[in-house]
Amino acid sequence: MIEAEGLTKIYGDQVVAIEEVTFRVERGQIVGFLGPNGAGKTTTMRILTGYMPPTRGRARIAGYDTVLQSLEARRHIGYLPETVPLYPEMRVRAYLNFMAEIRGVPNRKAAVERAMALTGLEGRADDLIGKLSKGYRQRVGLAQAILHNPDVLILDEPTIGLDPRQVREVRDLIQELGKTHTILLSTHILAEVQQVCDRVLIIHRGRIRADMTLGEALRSRRPDRIFLRVEGGDRQVPEALGGLPGVRHVEQLEPGVYEIQVADHVKEDPSPAIAEAVLRHGWRLMELRPMGLTLEDLFLQVTAQD
Amino acid sequence: MRNLWAIARRELGAYFVSPIAYLVGAAFLAVMGFFFYTDVIFTVLGRSEPTMRYIFGVMTTILLFVAPVLTMRLLAEEQRLGTLELLLTAPVRDWEVVLGKYLAALVLYLGLLAATGLYPILLFWMGGNPDLGPILSGYLGMFLFGAALLAIGLFSSSLSQNQVVAAVVGIGLVILMAVASLPADGITNLTLQKVLNHLDLRNHLMNFRRGLIDTTDVVYYLSVIASFLFLTVQILSSRRWR
Repeated sequence: MIEAEGLTKIYGDQVVAIEEVTFRVERGQIVGFLGPNGAGKTTTMRILTGYMPPTRGRARIAGYDTVLQSLEARRHIGYLPETVPLYPEMRVRAYLNFMAEIRGVPNRKAAVERAMALTGLEGRADDLIGKLSKGYRQRVGLAQAILHNPDVLILDEPTIGLDPRQVREVRDLIQELGKTHTILLSTHILAEVQQVCDRVLIIHRGRIRADMTLGEALRSRRPDRIFLRVEGGDRQVPEALGGLPGVRHVEQLEPGVYEIQVADHVKEDPSPAIAEAVLRHGWRLMELRPMGLTLEDLFLQVTAQD
Repeated sequence: MRNLWAIARRELGAYFVSPIAYLVGAAFLAVMGFFFYTDVIFTVLGRSEPTMRYIFGVMTTILLFVAPVLTMRLLAEEQRLGTLELLLTAPVRDWEVVLGKYLAALVLYLGLLAATGLYPILLFWMGGNPDLGPILSGYLGMFLFGAALLAIGLFSSSLSQNQVVAAVVGIGLVILMAVASLPADGITNLTLQKVLNHLDLRNHLMNFRRGLIDTTDVVYYLSVIASFLFLTVQILSSRRWR
C-alpha cells in the first residue's frame, strides 16, 4: 500500500533531511513511525502525501507514484499533518463538507455524518472550529482524514495534546480503522506504538535504523537483565549460576529473588541455561523472565548510534 | 472545475465572517459617496458636467489601496494556518486553488462595484441626463482594472504568510504599475517610452472613460490578470520544491 524507495530529500543545497529511506507497508498494517525530533518523520510523511517531491527516489501509494500520478495517489490518502489544518471561522460540519467536496466524495452528507460519528463529533457539528478545545480540534482533523474512506492514513502525531481519556479514544479509533485501512502514524509516545501498532519503523538522522514487527522488536534481542525466582537453593544460587556462560553477575534482591545481569559480549540469551542449572540442582523454578525489554530500550539503543 | 467552485464558495463565506470585507466595503463606499456628493454639488452649481468621469478617477486611486487589502488574506492566511498543506495534499490542482480564491475576490469586488451603480442612477433621477455610453464602458474599464489589481494582490498574498506584509507588498506593486508611465516623458529611448506607457495600469482606462472599448486595452488587462495568476501558481508550486 505504501512503498518508499530510496527517498532522499535535500532542502536548499545542503540540508539532508532524509537519506535513502526505503520501506513498505502492506495493506491493513498499522505502522508506528518513531524517531527523535528532527529525524525526518514529517519530511517523509510530506513526501508520501504528495505535499512535496523527494530529491531522489520515489514513493507509491496504492500503486500510484506520488509525483507522476500525484492526484490519483492523493485520492487514496487521508492525512493529518502535525499542525492540524483547520479554518477557525468555519463550523465543523461546513468544514468537513468542504473537505469532502474537494476530495470528490460521492455521497457527501453521509460521509460527513459517518466521519463525525466515528470521531465522536456529533454534538459539535455546528460549533465554530476556532472555539473548540484542542482535543476536539484533533478529532476534526482526524475526521477530515477519514472522510473519503482512504486506503492509506498518514497521521502525524495524532494524539498530541489530548487528555488521557481522549488519547484512549483516539487510539481505539485508530485500532478500529486499522482493520480496514493501512496506517502510518508518527508519535513520541512509545506505549502508543506498543498498544496499536503491528510494526515499528525507527528513523534517526534521516535514515531508517529499525524496521521490524513489534514482536521482533521485543523478542529478537537478548535481554540485559533477567529476573529469577527460585525455591530452595538459598545461598548457593548466586554461586551456581554465576559461572554460567553469558552471566556477568547474580544479585539477590531478597531471599529467593534474583536479578541476573547478562554479559555484554554474548549474543545468546542465557535464560535456557539458567533454567537448566536451576532444575539440575533440584530447586523449584518459580519465575524466569527478561527485564527491561521495552520499546524504549530499543528506541534509545537505535537512536544512540553515532 | 468542481474543486474550483468549492474553494471559491468557501472563500466567499470566509470573507463575510471576518470583519475585513465589511470594513473595507464600508470604507470604500463611504469615501466614494463623499466624492460623489461633492461632484454632485459642483454639477448643480454648473461647474461640472453630469458624468461619472470624476468618480471613476477617484475610484481608480482608492482601488489601489482597497484591492490588495481584499486579497491579502487569501493565500497568506492559508500558509499561516497550515491549511495550505491540506489543499496541496487533497486531489486538487494548484491552479484550481489559485483560481478559486481569485474568483471569490472577484465576486466580492463585483458586489462593491455594483453598489456604486447607485451614483449613475441618481444622476439620471436628478435629471442630469448623463451620457450612458461612457458610463457603461467606464464600468467595464473599472471592472477590468480592479480585476487586474486583485490578481496582483493575490500574487503578493502568495509570497508571505503574514497578511500585513502581503497587503503592503501588494499596494507597493499596484502603485508602481499604476504610475509606470510617469517617467516616460523624460525618456529619449522611444521603445522604452512606449513600453512604459503600455505597462501603465491607468493609461488603459482612458479609452473606457471616453466611451471607447478598445481591444488593446481589454487584452492588456486580461494579460496582466493571466500573468499574475500564472506567477501565483508558480509560487505555490515552488513551495513544494523547497
